[in-house]
Amino acid sequence: MASVVSAGKKWGDSLSSRPENVGLGVMLGLGVGAVALAAQWVKGPSAMLVAIAMLAMVVGLIYTAFAGGLEARKSLAPYGLLKPGMIWLCLFFLAPLWSMVVMSLSSKAGRFDFFPDFTWNFENYRIALTKFRPQFIRSFSYAGIATLLTVVIGYPLAYFIAFRGGKYRNILLGLVVVPFFTSYLIRTLAWNNILADEGPVVSLINTLHLSGIFESLDIMQNGKLMNTPAAVIGGLTYNFLPFMVLPIYVSLEKIDVRLVDAAMDLYSSASQAFRKVVLPLSLPGLFAGSLLVFIPAAGDFVNAQFLGNPQTTMIGNSIQDQFLRQLNYPVASAMSFVLMIIITIIVLIYTKFMGTEDLA
Amino acid sequence: MNNSTSEVIHLDHVRKQYGSFTAVEDANFSIGRGEFFAMLGPSGCGKTTTLKMIAGFEQPTSGSVFLEGVNVSTVPPYKRNVNTVFQQYALFPHMSVADNIAFGPRSKKLDESEVKKRVGDMLDVVRLAEFADRRPSQLSGGQQQRVALARALVNYPSALLLDEPLAALDLKLREAMQIELKRIQREVEITFVFVTHDQGEALTMSDRIAVMSQGVVEQIGTPVDIYKKPESLFVAGFIGSANLLPSTVSQFDAAGGTVVLNGGGTVTVGRDNVASDVTWATGEEVTIMLRPEHLHVTVERPAGDALQAEVTDVVFQGSAVRLVLQLDNGTEVTAMVGGDADLPFLRPGAAVWLSWLATSPYVLDGWPDLAGATTTNLESIEAAL
Repeated sequence: MASVVSAGKKWGDSLSSRPENVGLGVMLGLGVGAVALAAQWVKGPSAMLVAIAMLAMVVGLIYTAFAGGLEARKSLAPYGLLKPGMIWLCLFFLAPLWSMVVMSLSSKAGRFDFFPDFTWNFENYRIALTKFRPQFIRSFSYAGIATLLTVVIGYPLAYFIAFRGGKYRNILLGLVVVPFFTSYLIRTLAWNNILADEGPVVSLINTLHLSGIFESLDIMQNGKLMNTPAAVIGGLTYNFLPFMVLPIYVSLEKIDVRLVDAAMDLYSSASQAFRKVVLPLSLPGLFAGSLLVFIPAAGDFVNAQFLGNPQTTMIGNSIQDQFLRQLNYPVASAMSFVLMIIITIIVLIYTKFMGTEDLA
Repeated sequence: MNNSTSEVIHLDHVRKQYGSFTAVEDANFSIGRGEFFAMLGPSGCGKTTTLKMIAGFEQPTSGSVFLEGVNVSTVPPYKRNVNTVFQQYALFPHMSVADNIAFGPRSKKLDESEVKKRVGDMLDVVRLAEFADRRPSQLSGGQQQRVALARALVNYPSALLLDEPLAALDLKLREAMQIELKRIQREVEITFVFVTHDQGEALTMSDRIAVMSQGVVEQIGTPVDIYKKPESLFVAGFIGSANLLPSTVSQFDAAGGTVVLNGGGTVTVGRDNVASDVTWATGEEVTIMLRPEHLHVTVERPAGDALQAEVTDVVFQGSAVRLVLQLDNGTEVTAMVGGDADLPFLRPGAAVWLSWLATSPYVLDGWPDLAGATTTNLESIEAAL
């Protein structure tokens, strides 16, 4: 027994001299195993074998860590702590992503073929990019406009709460979050009533004889507010506003107000002080907020469904339609994948130009 | 306006009121060109408010602030030719050291080549040339302090306002920065107005000091004047350490007189040992101030005025020994003797005599709230902080 322990200790000590190799090796093994299981690369008895091998790796790592000296334990501990998160990521992100890639390159034998075969069928991507091009363009322009609007509305709001909120700060912040207590769907449906043809907003516009102006701005169409692009963009703006306000608030709140005094002492007027000091220091929040709004807004389908018309469908609606009504999983997967890639590219370009990592 | 060459800042009966609280009461003084001027006082005495009124962050409730002879009472800070070094420096964290310093000149829309030149010159003055591209967060406290100084001085202001600039530094660095500040001030020849609650700092650095208390300017004068000839009990107690002994006048005329200490004993005072040409009637309440370094400690009773005391504590401080003593009536006093003096009889419990030169005692009006040594009384020290 003693010799086993001492052998384990020796092994542990020799491992601790290159813990990153051992730790990374085990993590990689576990990751591949998790994806293999979840993506069904292995089935039946061989799946059992993979699971047992994964378990053995975990037990082995823990054993060597404990049998080995303090050094070995210290150097292997971070890898142990990373494991749960990594397995979660493999099971619920990498494996589904893999299935989606496979599905997007498969072809259906008939309408009710739920298990299409993998055939390197790039036709799905051609359909996604050509037939659904208007929906893609619409999604990104709606999401872009909504993001701009949340900045225009959210920045002053966050600024007011951060610098003028005083003792009411927390209450005001709470009010920003309060809509989340109601379901997303209910909130969106509520706008149906507010913007309805006989609703308060339209009748106010008509009483004030402003419908002409709104028509010329393309906000109203044929005397209606409901079922217009403006209603969809408005819904997106409303629903995602808190995601803009909160990060901007956090970055504004951190700014020392004496910096504004310092700028004004150094010959800057209030507006110059804002432009040269407050705005640059709040960019990280603005950056985070616009990603938090733009990404989900681009893939959203709820607002277009409840507040739009057939001419305002966004890519989310089309994907949902392909998946759930047309049962065309391959094309739907290809569309999802294209959406993901475009968003990633946009975010990368945005990060490149607005990169604020040295501000954190 | 004619004397604008000698006078940079003039406060004309300035008063600042917040609701019913008076922060500054009738401040009325001038600060000369190239002067190193300190405003000294405990927190809440109105010194920072006065500084903010000069900078333009606050406006006087009544009275006027003149800068270079021009009334600027309602001019916003960015249009006043004074610059401030803030207490926590308030450096812009998103800019390099060089960009921080260039902020003022760029706001003034100076030519970029001129900006570059000025920034370079200023980096040399504060000896930070090799740190030009660093961010403030990468600098030590003392270096940040010098960046703040350079950022203000680069604008060649009429006056530089410093709000407790050394408060955030630790002792050694603070002492080094005091000397550095003096050097920089001599080099740039700009008026420095300096706010501090640290009387040692004010004595070390200033040409003149304004001592403030509860919104009132108690006394303005050179460090020597303020130390040797305080005009009020507050100034006497706040500057340096002092033994304040409440007394009653027994006789006082143009040639001087004698004063009876409340605890017993008489003190002979000359005509020069009073703040101004006052005379007191017999029986008036006065206070005798004796600085610790003026007290001589002997075992035998010396000739002339002397007080008996018992040593309660001996504190070795390196260059000096501080003695805590108790007079017969229980009043605590302190005395300083040279650290190299061989005084084996000085141990707690020893009975000694305290004496002084005839020129040492100094007479002030009224009785102090707390008799005896100002530096051993925790309450009065805490009240002053």
